[in-house]
Amino acid sequence: MKTLRIENLSKNFGSTEVLKKINLDIDEGNFLVLLGPSGCGKSTLLNIIAGLETINEGNVYIDDYNVSKVEPKDRNIAMVFQSYALYPSMNVRENMIFGLKQAKTSKEKIEEQLKKVSSFLKVDELLHRKPSQLSGGQRQRVAIGRALVREPRIFLFDEPLSNLDAKLRVEMRREIKKLHQTLKTTVVYVTHDQTEAMSLGTKISIMNHGVIQQNDTPENIYNKPNNTFVADFIGSPSMNLIEGRLIQNSNKITFIAEGSERSTQIPIDSYNFKSTSDLNDRQIYFGIRPEHIHFKKLNENDIEVNFKANLSEYIGHEQIITYNFSNQEILAKFPSTINIELNKEMKLYFDLSQISIFDKNSKERI
Amino acid sequence: MSVNINTSYKQLEQKSKITNMMLRWFLYFVLILFASYFIFPLYVMIVTSLKTMEEIRQGTLLTWPSQLNFESWGVAWGGRGYGAGDTFLRPYFWNSIKMVVPAVFFSTFIGAMSGYVLTKWRFKGDKWIFLFLLFGCFIPYQAILLPMARTLGVLGISNSIIGLVVVHSVYGIPFTTLFFRNYYVSIPNELVKAARIDGAGFFKIFFKILLPISAPIIVVTVIWQFTQIWNDFLFGSTFSFGEAAPIQVALNNMVLSSTSVKEYNVDMASAIIAGIPTLIVYVLAGKYFIRGLTSGAVKG
Repeated sequence: MKTLRIENLSKNFGSTEVLKKINLDIDEGNFLVLLGPSGCGKSTLLNIIAGLETINEGNVYIDDYNVSKVEPKDRNIAMVFQSYALYPSMNVRENMIFGLKQAKTSKEKIEEQLKKVSSFLKVDELLHRKPSQLSGGQRQRVAIGRALVREPRIFLFDEPLSNLDAKLRVEMRREIKKLHQTLKTTVVYVTHDQTEAMSLGTKISIMNHGVIQQNDTPENIYNKPNNTFVADFIGSPSMNLIEGRLIQNSNKITFIAEGSERSTQIPIDSYNFKSTSDLNDRQIYFGIRPEHIHFKKLNENDIEVNFKANLSEYIGHEQIITYNFSNQEILAKFPSTINIELNKEMKLYFDLSQISIFDKNSKERI
Repeated sequence: MSVNINTSYKQLEQKSKITNMMLRWFLYFVLILFASYFIFPLYVMIVTSLKTMEEIRQGTLLTWPSQLNFESWGVAWGGRGYGAGDTFLRPYFWNSIKMVVPAVFFSTFIGAMSGYVLTKWRFKGDKWIFLFLLFGCFIPYQAILLPMARTLGVLGISNSIIGLVVVHSVYGIPFTTLFFRNYYVSIPNELVKAARIDGAGFFKIFFKILLPISAPIIVVTVIWQFTQIWNDFLFGSTFSFGEAAPIQVALNNMVLSSTSVKEYNVDMASAIIAGIPTLIVYVLAGKYFIRGLTSGAVKG
């Protein structure tokens, strides 16, 4: 039984299709992050799960029960919003018990829940304050508390950290992670911040233009992106996508970057192709992350390539170097202790165990 | 060299001090001029209302009364006590109160409701409905006189306080809706979503969540509506006469229908009495009025 299952879900606002045939499910206790650029439909999807938006096609199941036409309050969910959405006229206590009161919970039960949650979130000192008298972090905690008291099956978070300043954001991120580790409730979390997604999620769904691009563990999303969109979206700076073509000779496969000499072939036999047929002369993107370009030969199958450095960006603990590789820009990331001379040919090493290869036409991983 | 520089700076400082002072005096002069320009009519009204007719005839507009004489105020409010032809404000003042309180209440409440629906429960065509409502703000009073008279006739409430309450409530809705709609637009929709998940329905969200934070805009709307309705003369004189007339109509009748001599002191006292309630509302709520007008600009 899946805690949440979404089947062939489509949604349009007028003539604009926001979600196209979404299929998605989460197991009990998982932390699913919906990640994507703004306007990709991730918040709409969350609102649909909450029941705040109607569905045009498809169904939503919670514990195998079709909730597509069930009111938000009866879906056994709780939601934390970006603006916290605390009721301004009520104090913290009233905010937290508002939902329970609506559900006609008994007084003793309300008090018990309130006590448990407020001490757990360390807001028991704040119960008589109005939201306007709270700091950003406190408001966030109260918003989470309001969701917690209802003991929902699924927690929905809609970009809950994006209103906080950078330092507090990292702190609250860790608190949410701890919270999930303690409570083990199923979570659906929407964000456009990849660090948040990576650090929180047990599963990440990357969305673009209303389509799920990849639904996988954070490790697979990072190391084995399904297509160039995912490869480009995740990682900072993002993955280098070098244009070129493949040459298959008996069982030797090599890559030649566009505009480079035939002599600078990169052997990629070690790459795990989905299918080895029809590879010869195929136009591809050769994907390698900036941190997988090494200064020294580290592994057996690291391959040596010649580069000329154009630009160096110092960012504290590391530096990002822009290289010219047969007229394509390539970024590499090194510790800032290494001294790099600009405008000079130098040897670097590609870690071939970490590459991704995408078809140039379909943009899919091959 | 350095000494030289110092003296020149000192001269400059002196010079700018003098300029500043002159500008300041000029500023005060202009401010006082404008203030007296605005306060002058009020002064004349008050002073005249405290004089006897004898004094008015002999003195000028500006002369201070020889003694404070409140008799004309009494006459304006309660009449002279003889039968026919004695018009005084008291009954009409209460007419106006009976008209203005429910009319302000209904128009404000309906405006709050429609503002809430137009921002938080969007539906197909809501933009058009809002546009038509806005249209209502631009329709001149005179244009609705005939249709409104007919409507009141059909409803059987012409020449009554209730009729005036209906007229003012209906005519006020476009304005009050506009106020509340613009206020509620700045309140995040997430608040409504959160309340829906918490299990609150349409009315509960309105009364428990939105209305308690609407104080600034309620004050603005109440002041606006109160002033409009209290000061209205056209609707009052068209849709009511005799006993049912509001104070502005009665004031007009009083001043115009004096058969013998013009009693300027009584006229002035009456005019002030007719204006006092709006003044009170402004003084009590003026602070919120300014705050409310600008509340959309900065998020509280």
